[in-house]
Amino acid sequence: MLAPLTSAQSSQTPVITFAPEQCCLSINQFHLAYAGKPALRDLTLDVPRHRVTAFIGPSGCGKSTLLRAINRLHDLNESVSHRGYIALEGQDIHAPQMNVTELRRRVGMVFQTPNPFPMSIYENVAFGLRLQRRLPKRKRDDIIEWALTSAALWDEVKDRLHRSAWQLSGGQQQRLVIARTLAVQPDVLLLDEPASALDPISTLKIEELIRNLKSQLTLVLVTHNMQQAARVSDYTAFLQNGELVEFGLTDQVFTNPRLQRTENYITGRMT
Amino acid sequence: MDITSDTHSQHISRQFNQELEELKTHLMAMGGLVEKQVQDAVYSLLEGDSHLAEKVRDNDRQVNDLQLQIDDECTRVLARRQPAASDLRLVLAVIRATSDLERIGDEASKIARNAMLLSENNGNTRGLVEVRHISEHVRKMLRDALTAFARFDTELAMQVVREDELVDDEYGSAMRSLMTFMMEDSRSISSVLSIMWVLRALERVGDHANNLAEYVVYLVKGLDIRHTDLDSLDQKVLKKS
Repeated sequence: MLAPLTSAQSSQTPVITFAPEQCCLSINQFHLAYAGKPALRDLTLDVPRHRVTAFIGPSGCGKSTLLRAINRLHDLNESVSHRGYIALEGQDIHAPQMNVTELRRRVGMVFQTPNPFPMSIYENVAFGLRLQRRLPKRKRDDIIEWALTSAALWDEVKDRLHRSAWQLSGGQQQRLVIARTLAVQPDVLLLDEPASALDPISTLKIEELIRNLKSQLTLVLVTHNMQQAARVSDYTAFLQNGELVEFGLTDQVFTNPRLQRTENYITGRMT
Repeated sequence: MDITSDTHSQHISRQFNQELEELKTHLMAMGGLVEKQVQDAVYSLLEGDSHLAEKVRDNDRQVNDLQLQIDDECTRVLARRQPAASDLRLVLAVIRATSDLERIGDEASKIARNAMLLSENNGNTRGLVEVRHISEHVRKMLRDALTAFARFDTELAMQVVREDELVDDEYGSAMRSLMTFMMEDSRSISSVLSIMWVLRALERVGDHANNLAEYVVYLVKGLDIRHTDLDSLDQKVLKKS
């Protein structure tokens, strides 16, 4: 367990902080606006390495925007402006020398609806690898088996690797997408509502997978399902109106939040 | 962040508000019944009223039934609502509190059983002064612990926690004087032993009231003060305020 140091972002914001060597992502005074309308307001928080950090908050609070900002998915949207700093392992992701393709390899992303490519299960997982470098087939096969095993899908698909990925169930498709992301060996996995379109059993499989993956990489999870955040995450950040309200150990946030606003949100009270 | 007694009535789901309110109401009803049981048990002993003692023994079933009922309600809230934060603390505090109240009910029943035994002896019983004194003390502790629960009053709860140490001292000194009675007059051994059991039961009632008060601090402040010595207690609670 990391030994977190507590300090306050401002006098009102309870925020857990980490020693630099424990941080995977460092977000500092990050501000983002859509067509001049602020969506994230001077956010400062650290995401610890090899842990699951959940972002929770009401619709429109900026949690998905923050996730996309970490992956620079807003780059092509001209109406988006931002200032502040996001660092991945100490490197500014907006620095001119940062290669965006390489950033997205290092920071994988999984969305709400599974989006397998219209090709075989094998080719789906091989896709990123092929883009990245030429590998001997045996080596590639090994990585694909490893990625599918890590995504807890290998046993279910090993006999039909060359069938269409679209024949898989929703839960299997989502795990396939995770395997595709893992194949290029990212440092961070961003999960935007990864289980909200899935049935309860598939959801539990994804949650189990998230828990197992944290030994390999850092995970950031956006979810509307607070029980899910409570079940799988180590740390929870509560966002509201683009601001960070509270960030702490999940155990503490869900049993004894520091602020009334957090308490009201997680217990379903009127604000 | 401290919560107040209104905190649990502000959910978007009115049904959830109602369920939590009912938990509190039923716990208070159980608390009231248990308080009356202790009062009647002690009265039956001091006044030699074996009918009342009999009634206390019978009423213990009601206390047990209430515990089952409230625990069942808590289980339903946990299963259906998956409460978090202060809601979760309320449900946990209520589950723990019913267990202590039920044990207080058992102690009242023990006192009533000894009251029946003593009324059969019909002799002069030593130690009634001690029983009266300690019973007043622990009944006040129980009343205050229940009031603290109803009002989410941590100051009153802390007062109860501090009182428990005094009761333990009073119990120790009462036991010493009862031992002297037994040594002085061997014919009194049987009745004095009964009084000792009664005092032991009252001391346990004080311990359970102390537990109830600790749950109030947990409920309101999210601070678990069980197994904390008195000296560091105030500092711990103050730091959390």
